[in-house]
Amino acid sequence: MPQLPDKQGRFGKFGGRFVPETLMPALLELEQAYLETRHDRRFQAELSYYLTHYAGRPTPLYLAERLTRTLGGAKIYLKREDLCHTGAHKINNTIGQALLARRMKKPRVIAETGAGQHGVAVATVAAMFGLACEVYMGTEDMQRQALNVFRMRLLGSTVTGVDAGSRTLKDAISEAMRDWTTNVRTTHYILGSVLGAHPYPMMIRDFQSVIGREVRRQALSAEGRLPDYLVACVGGGSNSIGLFHAFLKDAKVQMIGVEAGGLGVESGKHAARFAGGHPGVLHGTMTYLLQDDDGQINLTHSVSAGLDYAAVGPEHSFYHDAKRIQYTSATDEEALAAFDLLSREEGIMPALESAHAVAEVMKLAPRLKKQQVIIINLSGRGDKDVQQVARIKGVTL
Amino acid sequence: MTNRLEATFERLRASRRKALIPYLMAGDPSLQDTETLVLELERAGADIIELGVPFSDPIADGPVIQKAAERALRSGTSLLRILDTVARLRTRTQIPLILMAYYNTIHAMGERAFCSQAVKAGADGLIVPDMPVEEATPLSSAATTVGGPLLIFLLAPTSTSSRRTLVARRSQGFVYYVSLTGITGAKLADLEDVRRNVAKIRRVTDIPIAVGFGIATPQEAAKVAAIADGVIVGSAVVRQIVEYQHDPRMPERMGQFVQSLRTAINSVG
Repeated sequence: MPQLPDKQGRFGKFGGRFVPETLMPALLELEQAYLETRHDRRFQAELSYYLTHYAGRPTPLYLAERLTRTLGGAKIYLKREDLCHTGAHKINNTIGQALLARRMKKPRVIAETGAGQHGVAVATVAAMFGLACEVYMGTEDMQRQALNVFRMRLLGSTVTGVDAGSRTLKDAISEAMRDWTTNVRTTHYILGSVLGAHPYPMMIRDFQSVIGREVRRQALSAEGRLPDYLVACVGGGSNSIGLFHAFLKDAKVQMIGVEAGGLGVESGKHAARFAGGHPGVLHGTMTYLLQDDDGQINLTHSVSAGLDYAAVGPEHSFYHDAKRIQYTSATDEEALAAFDLLSREEGIMPALESAHAVAEVMKLAPRLKKQQVIIINLSGRGDKDVQQVARIKGVTL
Repeated sequence: MTNRLEATFERLRASRRKALIPYLMAGDPSLQDTETLVLELERAGADIIELGVPFSDPIADGPVIQKAAERALRSGTSLLRILDTVARLRTRTQIPLILMAYYNTIHAMGERAFCSQAVKAGADGLIVPDMPVEEATPLSSAATTVGGPLLIFLLAPTSTSSRRTLVARRSQGFVYYVSLTGITGAKLADLEDVRRNVAKIRRVTDIPIAVGFGIATPQEAAKVAAIADGVIVGSAVVRQIVEYQHDPRMPERMGQFVQSLRTAINSVG
């Protein structure tokens, strides 16, 4: 398989750079700066230092014995990204991009956020590196995630509400792109997932692929062989590509990406791009999108804000069409059941995003043999979702 | 074969006049209004009309045009219906019409299908704000095959000298110079910078240069007209629609505004 993406940032027919001319020089500069760091030992040493001593890497690969017994099939391991600083894999990317911002001498960073996890991870590294930081968030999401808004402000960031369109993640990204277009000379945009124009999908994948590299080592040491299945949730797709990337050439390792099925794909209220979408261009990249016949972007729904977005990363679109990665979806209800199950069986509360991966394994594991091995990317912890879960269960706190 | 857009710039150049290019969001508040407004703005002195195609996520646009797109989508506007409107307008006017459409609306129709229907309807040019030259091949080969529309590319204050050459050579009809580092409807701050950049573009191309973004008043239009071959006024025109939306004489009011731009531009001609 050729090195992906190509020089134009293409993964086959997906990807590319669909942005206003004003941003093109900045994307070229960013690509150049990023490519230099790949061979820069000092940069790599610094990145590795912060991943170890600040983010808390490597994260454990934990054998979920009770979950394995309860489901009564394959052996299940959890990759504990929930134990990273700020509670999710997002920090792997934000440390990398903050170091890049510093290298490019951009004193200000901006970001979009849906649930607030990426926003908090950006606000955190901005505080640590002394960068000015502004986070865009839909006003609808600000209401739903008031705690994370306060958290970002405590960390010294400005949180700006976006009161346009659906007032959620999609609109926050649009507004962050407009800010970047206006302040591009002084500002680096820290995008949170493997989305957007080249080089973002490549660069963020690379920063996240530390997950899969660790898993490979850990699985070989624990099992003496590679796993049979890797399972991860897919919003933009950064935690999943981060896990999968080190295994793409291992034909025997099967990979499953789990999208948000919302109220069910047939209801139309979901974010399952591979089930209900087709290729198009949104926020700088050609990829599978939920859109109508006129190319207008559809509103999406998921209980998990981190998966609630109309586009998927372009590299996922490529592996979907190449049939290397299988994509499926879990509904809100299934994710909530998985949230309960993992909490009770393992004492680990998963983020509602990651609970979608657990939900898929609840269906998959019982069908497999006991000697088979599944690894779930537990991309984030569920503390941020406790209030929402209480609301859904009708419990007043 | 000379296209209406190129013919207009040639005629203006011969008479040493500058092009006035107002922007309307097609379908704001309805496509019927758009039809009326195009004719009214032509009477008021517009040389070329730019018709925006509404998109749900317009990343290059400020709040005025974002809201116009929302209104247009609410009134049931689609690219197909806009092309119908263009075809209807062609029975009544030969003013050059340029579409400004985000890439996904064209991709959804298919590049080839879009180009042939746009030519058939009588659209002369196309601006795709989220399509840099690097991504233009599918659309430009479709346009070449069916003989139109002309593909107009943008240059920005951030464009490097190698990009200026690349973009200016690819652009057809005219080069669209974005006057400011930002989005539509922002405040035009540095006219001297615009003058310098337009001069740099002139060194690498002979085709006309029109300047847009941030031009809101007749005074600003006049200043830009002294520098460039064409002046594009978008958000300021759209704002008039909002202001007069409940006024039955809205088209005439819009006409008066465009006339004031025309008078100002002619004063420097």
